[in-house]
Amino acid sequence: MKITLKNYEDIIGKSIIDELKLIATKLKGKKIQHINSTKVGGGVAEMLNRIVPLFKEMGVDVSWDIIEGNKEFFDVTKKFHNALHGRKEQITQKDFDIYTQTSQNYIKKTKINGDIVYIHDPQPAALIEKKKEKTQKWLWRCHIDVSSPDKNVWDFLMQSVERYDASVFSSPKFTRALKIPQFLACPAIDPLSDKNKPLNQKEIDNVLHKYEIDKNKPIVSQTSRYDYLKDPVGVIEAFKLVKKYTDCQLVLAGNRAADDPETDKVLAEVKEAAKGVPDIHILLVPPEHNDIDINALQRASAVVVQKSLKEGFALTVTEALWKEKPVVASAVGGIPLQIKHRYSGLLCHSVEGAAMQIRQLLHSPEYAKRLASNGKAHIKRNFLLTRLMREHLLMALALYNDEDVIYL
Amino acid sequence: MRKAKNPFYFCSHVELRESTGLKARNLRELVAILKDVPGSVIYYHTHVFLQQHQFASPEPPNAFAYWVTHTIGDEILGEKLGSIDISQYYTIRALREKMIQVIEKHLFDIQEIRSAPAGQEFDFTKSRTFVFKLPYTANNLSELVDVLGKISLYSLHFHMFAARLKFEKGINDFSNWITTSLGFPELAKKIGSLDPYTYTLVGLRDKIIDMVQNSPEWDQD
Repeated sequence: MKITLKNYEDIIGKSIIDELKLIATKLKGKKIQHINSTKVGGGVAEMLNRIVPLFKEMGVDVSWDIIEGNKEFFDVTKKFHNALHGRKEQITQKDFDIYTQTSQNYIKKTKINGDIVYIHDPQPAALIEKKKEKTQKWLWRCHIDVSSPDKNVWDFLMQSVERYDASVFSSPKFTRALKIPQFLACPAIDPLSDKNKPLNQKEIDNVLHKYEIDKNKPIVSQTSRYDYLKDPVGVIEAFKLVKKYTDCQLVLAGNRAADDPETDKVLAEVKEAAKGVPDIHILLVPPEHNDIDINALQRASAVVVQKSLKEGFALTVTEALWKEKPVVASAVGGIPLQIKHRYSGLLCHSVEGAAMQIRQLLHSPEYAKRLASNGKAHIKRNFLLTRLMREHLLMALALYNDEDVIYL
Repeated sequence: MRKAKNPFYFCSHVELRESTGLKARNLRELVAILKDVPGSVIYYHTHVFLQQHQFASPEPPNAFAYWVTHTIGDEILGEKLGSIDISQYYTIRALREKMIQVIEKHLFDIQEIRSAPAGQEFDFTKSRTFVFKLPYTANNLSELVDVLGKISLYSLHFHMFAARLKFEKGINDFSNWITTSLGFPELAKKIGSLDPYTYTLVGLRDKIIDMVQNSPEWDQD
């Protein structure tokens, strides 16, 4: 079934969609071009897959391209990603050279045709070299938390970033001092995507059956890429503490993103940590089934966990709250924007804290239900795709007008 | 039903947030930065919860109060900031001065200046406001009520809060129009006397509709 704007009216109301369409008309005549590094896997690709067709339906002239990179390049940008998040990485001159060489290649090959060019994350940042006309506006969208980055990587990246007209961050907590404006736009989820749409019990049961998960035993789950920063081993440690008191099962489910070479290494460590512990399901969900399966696993969960050490925004938390699930999540990155402790979920800071809170939620279903209900209401108001689309339109308009009040 | 001299033109507004890069770690820094930031920063932080948590806000009505209470752990000052009655201020300048006065007085009284943990500083955010006309007008009270029922909460916020304080008209747009174009000063005064910061936006919309429909002016020529 083709999803259209009309489908969103039932969820957020006609007046919001009408206003969105009205704002979109103010960009008539402007071409918007999005560029990132992958069409599959990861939050950016997911988001672009959804908003590009909807913008087109509104009459906005929007396109989406990706840069070409090889494994060597993505190994380097993964290291950059971790280093920008503040993790210690061995970054050598060779790494910078690989980034520069590959950049020169994609700079040659990528065709720029937008009036507004929207570049996502560090991988394609060097494309700014193609900025020629003054009237062309370039935005750099940083989806990661760069509040305490590796200085060498940050300085290297700044050579490109500060040539943009403006930048976009998910939270003021993620930003650094920059010479260019820093817009703020939290990511968002699509309530109608396969990952978030309502599923019936049979669909959920089919997925549980496929992965041999007992539907009668409470499920604690974390659905994330296998990435050190998501701390899947920490989740297993917390689960072991919970399991002492409650007969439940842990589901760790993730997929493999095209630009993430670290998956196998982390997965091997996770399997090692789970050895000898009963009721742990470690799933590498195939990309072709990823969205529905993750949706079903979240919906089947009694408690959803996101015990990340560092986060961008943590859309997996948004997804779980939207499904009205009680969530235990680390107070990092964008998670505190989504969860107010003891109101719309529980925040934790350690393995022991996570375990304690998972136990509370498993043992107090009424309390868990109340948190989940508040969480859903908060997501509906603030973190659905239509709000992000509005901000995309506003950012484009703001590039042509720097007043505090802009009359459209 | 009385016809207005001039129609009411419904507008809406949406906001784009922008980081100022300014962060306060403690109350001294908070008050120092408060003195200098643009008015749009003050407006944003005193109205953000109203928009974000309008379904059922459990928090104090402004972000300064929330940070002082939950991050700095100063519940006394948090309560003082949270209970500043924004309805009584007609300019951002006056509201800013009141907040500065409250914090400075508190700073004079306390012995210890606590700092926020790293990463939990107060981030000053400004908002760019985009204003646009909606395709709706009202020529009498009945039409006003009809349109009120279908506009977004952003539009309601614009006419009830932003018009009065951000755009410093001193009065909400509905009361202004009801007085000047319909000649019903009593009804206008009733709407103007509402305590809008203590309602959810949905509740406020219902309250205004109810107030208009049940007023003696509803059937007046």
